Amino acid sequence: MPLVKNGHIATDVFFHAADGTELPGDGAVLVSAARFLEDPEALLKRGKVGVIWPNNRDLDDLVPYLERLALVALVFPSFRDGRAYTQARLLRERHGFEGELRATGQVLRDQFVFMLRAGFDAFDVRKQADADAFGEAARRYTVFYQPTGDGHLSALHRRNQLRHSESAKP
Amino acid sequence: MYAYDELDRTLLNERVSEFRDQVKRRLSGELTEDEFKILRLQNGVYLQLHAYMFRVAIPYGTLSSKQLRQLAHVARRYDRGYGHFTTRQNIQYNWIKLSELPDALADLAEVGIHAMQTSGNNTRNVTSDQWAGVAPGEVDDPRIWSELLRQYTTLHPEFSFLPRKFKIAITASAHDRAAIKIHDIGLRLYKNDEGELGFEVLVGGGLGRTPFIAKTIKQFVHRRDILSYVEAIMRVYNQYGRRDNIYKARIKILVHELGIDKFAREVDEEWQHIRDSALAVEDAAIEEIRSRFTYPKYEKLPHMPDELKQAAHDPLFERWRRNSVFTHKAQGYSIVTISLKPIGAPPGDATAEQMDALADIADRYSFGEIRVGHEQNLALPHVAKRDLPALWKALDRIGLATPNVNLVSDIIACPGLDYCSLANARSIPIAQELTRRFANHDTANLIGRLHINISGCINACGHHHVGHIGILGVEKNGEEFYQITIGGRADEQAQMGTLIGPAVPYGEVADVVEDIVEAYLALRDSQEELFVDTVKRLGVEPFKERVYATR
Repeated sequence: MPLVKNGHIATDVFFHAADGTELPGDGAVLVSAARFLEDPEALLKRGKVGVIWPNNRDLDDLVPYLERLALVALVFPSFRDGRAYTQARLLRERHGFEGELRATGQVLRDQFVFMLRAGFDAFDVRKQADADAFGEAARRYTVFYQPTGDGHLSALHRRNQLRHSESAKP
Repeated sequence: MYAYDELDRTLLNERVSEFRDQVKRRLSGELTEDEFKILRLQNGVYLQLHAYMFRVAIPYGTLSSKQLRQLAHVARRYDRGYGHFTTRQNIQYNWIKLSELPDALADLAEVGIHAMQTSGNNTRNVTSDQWAGVAPGEVDDPRIWSELLRQYTTLHPEFSFLPRKFKIAITASAHDRAAIKIHDIGLRLYKNDEGELGFEVLVGGGLGRTPFIAKTIKQFVHRRDILSYVEAIMRVYNQYGRRDNIYKARIKILVHELGIDKFAREVDEEWQHIRDSALAVEDAAIEEIRSRFTYPKYEKLPHMPDELKQAAHDPLFERWRRNSVFTHKAQGYSIVTISLKPIGAPPGDATAEQMDALADIADRYSFGEIRVGHEQNLALPHVAKRDLPALWKALDRIGLATPNVNLVSDIIACPGLDYCSLANARSIPIAQELTRRFANHDTANLIGRLHINISGCINACGHHHVGHIGILGVEKNGEEFYQITIGGRADEQAQMGTLIGPAVPYGEVADVVEDIVEAYLALRDSQEELFVDTVKRLGVEPFKERVYATR
């Protein structure tokens, strides 16, 4: 499954350590929420850590560790299940998470724009063709009606700016 | 009328181009039907019994004559020459070809019409009062706020994959014509005691197999806070709405299971985090949207022009006028409702020719504006009273002067088993038979206001729960049966109807409705007491006795 990070196909530096398996000697690891919460301090001490956070679990248990986490992976068990969009926005916009925010699960081309707007910057893309088309899909829209934390101005705010720039003209 | 600006147009074109790409990938096999399904649904395309059905949004029920002509063009060019107006200010085409859909969308986009989110588990077309902006006594034009919500909900990055569909309706009148109490969010625009404009917010209404009347979640939300408050509701719903069972996934179930007080606390807690965010609505932003609506320049016209006095001698004109013409906020003008319920025809259908002709009529008599209401009728919102006789003749020539608005044959019905893959029973032929039974205008007039609603299955697209008489099609041992309820209503006094007894077979439905109506005529305390008030006064028993005594 190709990983797209910051708009480009990238190599995954995180070793995905399944529950009950041994951790590698060193290097970045990605673990489940359950495994992480068993002994977060020990994991965080050994280096870069990423956590796969389920979409039906409250973020409260994760928030205390956000500053020290390199990666949070949120889950789309099906592309129909949109709970992780809310989690992503809360992590970015409310809790100030600045690490990698990765979309995993059923991640398809037609969700990229929504995911980018919600704050994801990395994508475990299901199909190679979708990963190849990432740039095109991400640039499809230039107008957005809602303010989110992705930096795009909403149409309402752009109109407001236009108004001010027009009224400033001599 | 809201005129799109460059930003609106750009977004719409970007959406059309995206959908064109999605259809291309489906036709090439790159997308599976399962993957494509949700994408087409997000653009109003259902797979029905015989073909794809295409649902186009008419936000807050406002159309320009140019837009109506384009709807006619789509009916003619891509469909079978007609369209069907729904109970949520949409139009549906029943015979569209998938490969031609992108072109149909591009044609619609030329006039600022789209099909975004007319199906799927996202926020649907924001609906409002079809008399918005012209009804006497409104506190503000609810379309301004509907447009604000339309923009806010369109392609929302967080709420495009909700547990289930989500419907918002807005009214700004004391009399609710937008049925806000049967919506996921109902908004009542009003001024509080301090004279501030804001909203009573209702949540958790809906029909379907578990019907609920919406509950007030907050008595007053200041207009500045309306987007953040709606976002807080939707965020709580997106996180906690059930996804394990499609029949329990609507927000009404979450509100019911948590209780309105606990749900309100969750929403309030979320809202405190975001109410001072970029979602705050500045008055300047509202004025910007308001400036994109155009309003007619009304003349100073007499209340009772000579043309109207003369036409009053024509009984045919008079019976149409009495049922179709309503009070306008400007003196000398009227709101005219156009019945799409001719005797013996499917409710809500209009041919391409009728739409074109009506667009011309609107140019001539209604400042080029047409409205669509949830009763599946159309309206001309600004008709000078002196033009009413000429308008009536023009409408009659195209079969749009049926004088039955609000009468027993003004029936709301879903497409039913004739089109819909979900239906258990037919709706349209029941409606057609009822219109024939009550074709005599004098009888219908004697009966007075009576709303019949028909749904072909428990999903309740015909809003049978809130019909004065509600008819619900069910299947029993492979045969079509119908449950009859009475006493429902969808307005500000919204309530569900009460079942009168066991379901009856297809062939007996019209007889049963006749029995109910006859019972009402015998039971009402005066000619002024409406059917629904008689039911309220006496309960269902006397009606039940009448219907089942001989069955």
